[in-house]
Amino acid sequence: MKTVCCSILGFGAIGQGVAEVLLMKREYLESIGLEVKVVAVVDSKGATVNPQGVDLTDCLSRKRTSGTVALENITGVEVIRSIDHELVIETTPTNIKTGGAGLQNMLAAFQTGKDVITSNKGPLTLKYRELMETAKASGSNFRFEATVGGSMPVINLANEVLAGNKVISIKGILNGTCNYILTRMLEERASYTDILAESMQLGIAETDPTYDVEGIDTACKLVILANAIFGLDVTFKDVKVTGITKVTPEALEMAYERGYVIKLIGEVSRERIHVAPRLVPINHPLAVGGTLNVASVDTELAGEITVTGKGAGPVETASAILSDLIAIYGNL
Amino acid sequence: MRISMDIELKDVPGQMLLALQPLSECKANLITVLHHHQKRTPRKTVPVQLILETRPESIEIIKAKLEENGIRVVRVGEHRFRESLNVVLIGHVVHTGIQDTIDEIDKTGFAEVVDLSLSMPGINLLSSAFIRIDAVCKEDLQKALNILKEVSAKKDLLMVLPIDIQA
Repeated sequence: MKTVCCSILGFGAIGQGVAEVLLMKREYLESIGLEVKVVAVVDSKGATVNPQGVDLTDCLSRKRTSGTVALENITGVEVIRSIDHELVIETTPTNIKTGGAGLQNMLAAFQTGKDVITSNKGPLTLKYRELMETAKASGSNFRFEATVGGSMPVINLANEVLAGNKVISIKGILNGTCNYILTRMLEERASYTDILAESMQLGIAETDPTYDVEGIDTACKLVILANAIFGLDVTFKDVKVTGITKVTPEALEMAYERGYVIKLIGEVSRERIHVAPRLVPINHPLAVGGTLNVASVDTELAGEITVTGKGAGPVETASAILSDLIAIYGNL
Repeated sequence: MRISMDIELKDVPGQMLLALQPLSECKANLITVLHHHQKRTPRKTVPVQLILETRPESIEIIKAKLEENGIRVVRVGEHRFRESLNVVLIGHVVHTGIQDTIDEIDKTGFAEVVDLSLSMPGINLLSSAFIRIDAVCKEDLQKALNILKEVSAKKDLLMVLPIDIQA
């Protein structure tokens, strides 16, 4: 049995999803020879640390009752530097301006020779090359499937499952909030503002929805795909972005009458990275509704491969983190 | 009717005038002249494509007059649009002059706005238009699209293009 000692940095919805999935999958992991021992759980107020393994059920209930998991006043970077473990699961909130705590956590993890699995787009959008080089220098594994499309496999699909194929382009819906808003505007013939309000009530849109509706979130995901799959060295500034705030119910209706839906489509190839609302034929594989994500990977040998799935949600995102964990340690 | 006419001019001065005179005499409305300066036919002549509007009975007369002027008429055909593009425009589509937007495309001669639906929900609200543009060939459709992009940027209109078109 291989024991993997890890920390969970960031204990919001995604971090808690990871804890739930690790509890749920304990027996399965053991059946493939893996014991995952979480030695520290950190949120913005502090941490719970136990080198023998923290009790994840306790952490979850403490977070839900008192709003924090903190028992000690210690930060993520301090946990990385002082507690012996090999894997950092980084699920702090995305910050695309500075990289936030996530960037510091990842760099500290690599500098101390730890592996990193993350769902945090910010650091990858800003400092992809630096992170990859730091990881390489220390021989660390660095995986981030959860940053693009939640449970939907895109990065690992292109780089591993379709290995040997040259990827020509990737097009898709990479933001569930925008997809939900556009789908509901058409269904209800309702304005953008009305459906945005509904999405906020349902928790589908954030209180500040700017990242989502202005296409910034989609652009960040394209940057990650451009760097990780196409081997480019680009940042958010290299993406041409138009969001969905101007889309009207009348435009959606007129398009629908002529056989189209309007979707916020992200598109990446070696030549261009672009986010904009596009007309998608109703029977096209990318015309998925609700909060679903979808990506079509156009490849040299295999042609076009399309995957669709839930792009957000704690357990769904944790599923991508779990698959990264098994990819690193499963065959050791 | 609108027709396209492929002619060949000798590579000497004054040929274009000889080509245009018969059109003027027959009161044909010349829409586009595509003068392929860089190309040469095996006969060392310069190929030129004309798109014009005229009465059907004038076509043979124009052709005869051109040949009298020493200009070879290679092909005359009804001008058919083979490529089309659907596009949605959102913004102050009407107040910024929808007619002017259409004219910019129509006056090219190689592309036309052939379908337009418009929705104006209220005076201070954004309008939406669904338009279809037809063009002679893919290159012309791309040129028409570039014109529409420029007009949309100038008028602050959101242009929603089909997924298979390079935006």
